[in-house]
Amino acid sequence: MLMFLLRRLGLMLLTALCLTFIVFLLTNLPPNLEKLAKSEASARMDDAQVASWLERNGYEQPVLIRYGEWLGVVPGWTRTDDDGKLRGRCVASGDTAETAPRYCGILQGDWGFSTVFKDEVSTIVAKRLGLTAWLMGAVMLLMVPAALLIGVLAGMKEGSRLDRSLSTVSIASTATPEYVSGVIFIAIFASSAVGLKWFSGTATSAMDHITFKNFTLPVVTIALYGIGYIARMTRASMTEVMTAQYIRTARLKGVSFPQIVMRHALRNALIAPFTVIMLQFPWLLNGVVIVETLFNYKGFGFTLVEAAGNNDIELLLACSVVAVFVVLVTQLISDIGYVFLNPRIRIS
Amino acid sequence: MDQLTWTGALGPYLNPVLMAAIAVAVVAFALQVLRTFLRLVFRLSGVQMVPEAGPPAPGHSAPLDTADYLRLAMNLAFKVALAVVLIYLAAGIVLQGPAKGIIGHISTLYLPVWIALIITFALSMKFKRRLGLYGKLFDSSIGMIGFGIVMFWVFTAIFADLLVTADPLTTLSGMKNKPPGTPLPDGTYWYLLGGDNLARDVYSRMVLGAREVLKIAPAATLFAFMVGITLGLPSGYFGGKLDTVLAFISNLVLAFPVILLFYLLVTPEMVETGIPMYMAAVLFIFPVLFMIVLFNSRFHTQPPKRNLYVAITVVVGLWLYSGLAFNADPLGLVSMQPNILIVFVSVVFVNSPTVYRIVRGLALDIQTRDYVAAAQTRGEGPWYIMLWEILPNARGPLIVDFCLRIGYTTILLGTLGFFGLGVSPESPDWGSTINAGRRLLSIAPHPAVVPALALMSLVLGLNLLADGLREESLKD
Repeated sequence: MLMFLLRRLGLMLLTALCLTFIVFLLTNLPPNLEKLAKSEASARMDDAQVASWLERNGYEQPVLIRYGEWLGVVPGWTRTDDDGKLRGRCVASGDTAETAPRYCGILQGDWGFSTVFKDEVSTIVAKRLGLTAWLMGAVMLLMVPAALLIGVLAGMKEGSRLDRSLSTVSIASTATPEYVSGVIFIAIFASSAVGLKWFSGTATSAMDHITFKNFTLPVVTIALYGIGYIARMTRASMTEVMTAQYIRTARLKGVSFPQIVMRHALRNALIAPFTVIMLQFPWLLNGVVIVETLFNYKGFGFTLVEAAGNNDIELLLACSVVAVFVVLVTQLISDIGYVFLNPRIRIS
Repeated sequence: MDQLTWTGALGPYLNPVLMAAIAVAVVAFALQVLRTFLRLVFRLSGVQMVPEAGPPAPGHSAPLDTADYLRLAMNLAFKVALAVVLIYLAAGIVLQGPAKGIIGHISTLYLPVWIALIITFALSMKFKRRLGLYGKLFDSSIGMIGFGIVMFWVFTAIFADLLVTADPLTTLSGMKNKPPGTPLPDGTYWYLLGGDNLARDVYSRMVLGAREVLKIAPAATLFAFMVGITLGLPSGYFGGKLDTVLAFISNLVLAFPVILLFYLLVTPEMVETGIPMYMAAVLFIFPVLFMIVLFNSRFHTQPPKRNLYVAITVVVGLWLYSGLAFNADPLGLVSMQPNILIVFVSVVFVNSPTVYRIVRGLALDIQTRDYVAAAQTRGEGPWYIMLWEILPNARGPLIVDFCLRIGYTTILLGTLGFFGLGVSPESPDWGSTINAGRRLLSIAPHPAVVPALALMSLVLGLNLLADGLREESLKD
């Protein structure tokens, strides 16, 4: 078990390194750097000025070295300007060559500075993640019980009328991506022209205090797309368990149907949905980005869109680290959880 | 000319009927679910209920209970509602002038689609016993509904030029954000589904959007399948180092949040660097390789035949390849705009690792079968076994996944359009139309809702089709 964990962790680390390097590479392509130089210094620079600006700010080094600097395993660049002032990646104004730290990367806890929001990346990401955590939490509270209930009810008696109607409902919900259901919900429940005006069409006010009125639509929109998928997986797992030998034995012994479902089937049927729910997190991230843009809720997804749209390299890198971390950790949890929940699997 | 109503002259008579039928159906359905649920809860908490009646004695029909009445009511109401909708569609074609209503006008315009649908269904039903899996689809009502919806959009895309009533890019002053059924200022026709915020015809843009979506989604899915199959089969069959490396790469792509990947890849800067072209160069070579290996492994014992097939594949394949990937077709027939290419490439890139995983799993499973062992004993080469023994036997799950994946690709394309990535702002594709319409949702919802419903129905159709196919392919 320990070896399995260690191997998984090693693989995870390797994946994270590869992915962040790819993001680093893509955000630091020459056209992107040129755009950065023009937006930071002056929009009317010619090519030679752009090149010299990039050189002065340490962007001319090989990509691998700069990736190392960003990670914090390679010393940050320093140079002395013509007027004798020390400049460098890790040099704050007022530092001298002695006081400035040698390394400043994410390993040292230095995430850099956002060019769009003009603030420390770590503060922005922490604040925005907090906002998104509320959204995700509410989505999970709605999505998981609803999906499990639908799946179990549908899977109890395969082919029954209830199964058919609930399965159709879950197929319909998987066919409705967030930007479709969000638009339809706003048109029905929030539009001032024709709608019912029950809820608010934006969630901007939910950033300060969450109310039923401003938070319902975003949460339902994200949850709806996930419910169908989890419910179908639960149904599949439930129907499989219900045809197992031990269920038949229980039926033949005269155990009542509800007893069978609750006592015997449910526990085994919920193992597979657990992994599915865990693996659903990366997809939720997708939904979060769409819904936060649609409802103007300035959380993590909104930050990611802003950072990517404005080529804010360090913020985008931080966002991708968080995203990749979420994906890999949920994968790990789902693997470990599967082993723990399912006594039939043994890792040698 | 007057403002059109949705249902025209028949509206005042049939609308109340439709409303009542829908209300009855919904209430009956809700009661039915509630009843099942309450029974379950009662039985779990140990409350004794009236015992369920056993099978009726021969010669007597069982007395109807509440559940049966609810079911009957729901079925009847549903059929009435369906009939009313069909009457609207049919009467719309027959009635003339303003009596048609919006639905009637659209139904008249859609005449070619209706005819094509009827012909398709009639022919398929007639010959369904001779059509294999496709024919069996017509035994399952879910599959038939799904197939109908999908074909509806396919025919819409094919006949789009006959169906549109206005140019999708022309703006007409005075038609900005006008509700559905508003007549044009010169009184010649209507904006059947209203005008958008640039005063363009929402209906025509929806129809042409179907063409945009159906041009890219199936082709991108097919390419993703070619890549996934060409890499997944050897990975599962040979195993070893190759498998480890490929599995790691596919996990890498799968761990990448899709939105982030799109935002990084689908930008004008990225087109400048030429990366999409390199990616296209790598991804588009797989179909050519696939076809060459496919023919070579089958016919390598008959050199003349093999040479002919491989030569045709190489010539046609490389011609398309140069045109699609490098926009350098010597004949100038095949080309792809750079911004469409990047969308296409990123969608293929996102989809192929999942296909790879599925194919790898199937190959691992099937290679233990006896017929594979028999082929190995016969001395067949590994590629023959993979492509002509394993692949045909994996077709069931792959066809089902293909349908699902076209739907998923449609959703991805919509996501790209929703964030305004890749496609030009004037493009009528559904994602960007939703994006353009969402800013004014609270004042004029129709420009966003129409493409949203269109996208949803297409994906729903594909999912239902996949479900029907799965059901029917599991039967044998």
